[in-house]
Amino acid sequence: MKDIAKKVLQGDPRSIARLITLSENNDPKAIDAMKKIHPHTGKAHVIGITGVMGSGKSTLIYELTRIYREKGKKVGIIAIDPTSPFSGGALLGDRVRMTQLGMDEDVFIRSMGTRGMLGGLTSAVYDVVEILDASGKDIIFVETVGVGQAEVDVIKIADTTLVIIVPGLGDSIQTLKAGVMEIADMYVVNKADRDGVDQAVAEIESLVDITCANKDRKTPVLTTVAKKGEGIKELSDEIEEHLKYLEKTKEFEKQRRLRYEAELIEIIRKRLMNLIFDESTFKEKIEDLIDKIRKKEIDPHSAAEEILGKILK
Amino acid sequence: MNKKIRVLIAKPGLDGHDRGAKVVARALRDSGMEVIYTGLHQTADMIVEAAIQEDVDVVGLSLLSGAHMTLFVDVARLLKKNDMEDVLVLGGGIIPEEDIPKLRKEGIAGVFGPGTPCEEIVSFIKKNVKR
Repeated sequence: MKDIAKKVLQGDPRSIARLITLSENNDPKAIDAMKKIHPHTGKAHVIGITGVMGSGKSTLIYELTRIYREKGKKVGIIAIDPTSPFSGGALLGDRVRMTQLGMDEDVFIRSMGTRGMLGGLTSAVYDVVEILDASGKDIIFVETVGVGQAEVDVIKIADTTLVIIVPGLGDSIQTLKAGVMEIADMYVVNKADRDGVDQAVAEIESLVDITCANKDRKTPVLTTVAKKGEGIKELSDEIEEHLKYLEKTKEFEKQRRLRYEAELIEIIRKRLMNLIFDESTFKEKIEDLIDKIRKKEIDPHSAAEEILGKILK
Repeated sequence: MNKKIRVLIAKPGLDGHDRGAKVVARALRDSGMEVIYTGLHQTADMIVEAAIQEDVDVVGLSLLSGAHMTLFVDVARLLKKNDMEDVLVLGGGIIPEEDIPKLRKEGIAGVFGPGTPCEEIVSFIKKNVKR
């Protein structure tokens, strides 16, 4: 445990796995190691993959990873699935599509539950990206939960964001236009051997024409059949192109600042919440205040001020 | 601190029947655990590699083909070889009564056959999880 940071930097899988667990459990032991590894981060290209459930995100990551491995790149994969708001449990099934990668020592796959976070990610994802980056991974995929319309947090962490769409969604593409449809660095129409692919591409391209009219980069629209490996080479070339574009312009700097801003705010939020809800004295106080609110002895705003006043003191 | 029990549910070997594994996976999910499901046709190496990367507390193996004496034991030994003795190993499926003591000896802490109430598996895990 003492030199877990050192072992992570050496790429030791068990230490990487352990530190991820400590981080997602909000274990204070993680903080010291996270501080130590930060100077060794910032090298990896983070690729966000988002899209509706069943659109083929995991399979696309599997195929893209094979191409990166052929080029000798080391790959980390963070696959996020929803945590039940009722039981707190989760069924994490993205690994099923990637089992062939499991035996490659230069690929590290971690499945994570959202654990109460909305927005398509999980609170510890910023730490996990830093851990995989520090361990020497060149490429890090962040696979969001299957999204609806508003889960757009992936852009805060990814250098390149892919929005995956499937043909036949028809009108729902319209409804996706605000939110998820605004965050793509490229659109991928997967399952392109199905009916309706031309219509899907046309609809997205017309959207791109409107939104990119005055921009120096037009968001590309690609088609793939991930299961058969079709269009994957072209997609990985396009991802490389996007990275070059980022580095050539000010966008890269902007993107990284966005990530650290999101990470900083998330750490502060998490530690404040821990302060309020992990301390048993506050727990009792909160229960007590709820009773008082119920009896109209105090209003919710004044109750909140009472708690906050105690922390800020 | 917010620790959750993480469980890997895997189907080693060649049998393609995963209904039982899925029923158990769901029951564990509903009891608040994080369940990583690996799918069919896993080798012992693949299962142990996944257990390392996912840093699980429990590995649950399901097998109906009769090869449990080989495959369950392979997984348990390989976990030990990787210093993961603290991972709780469980087995399920069609396991003859007389094999159970032998499996226990090899480190498969619990064996649950058809008809086992899911609550029994949940409480066994909660009671025996080692870390």
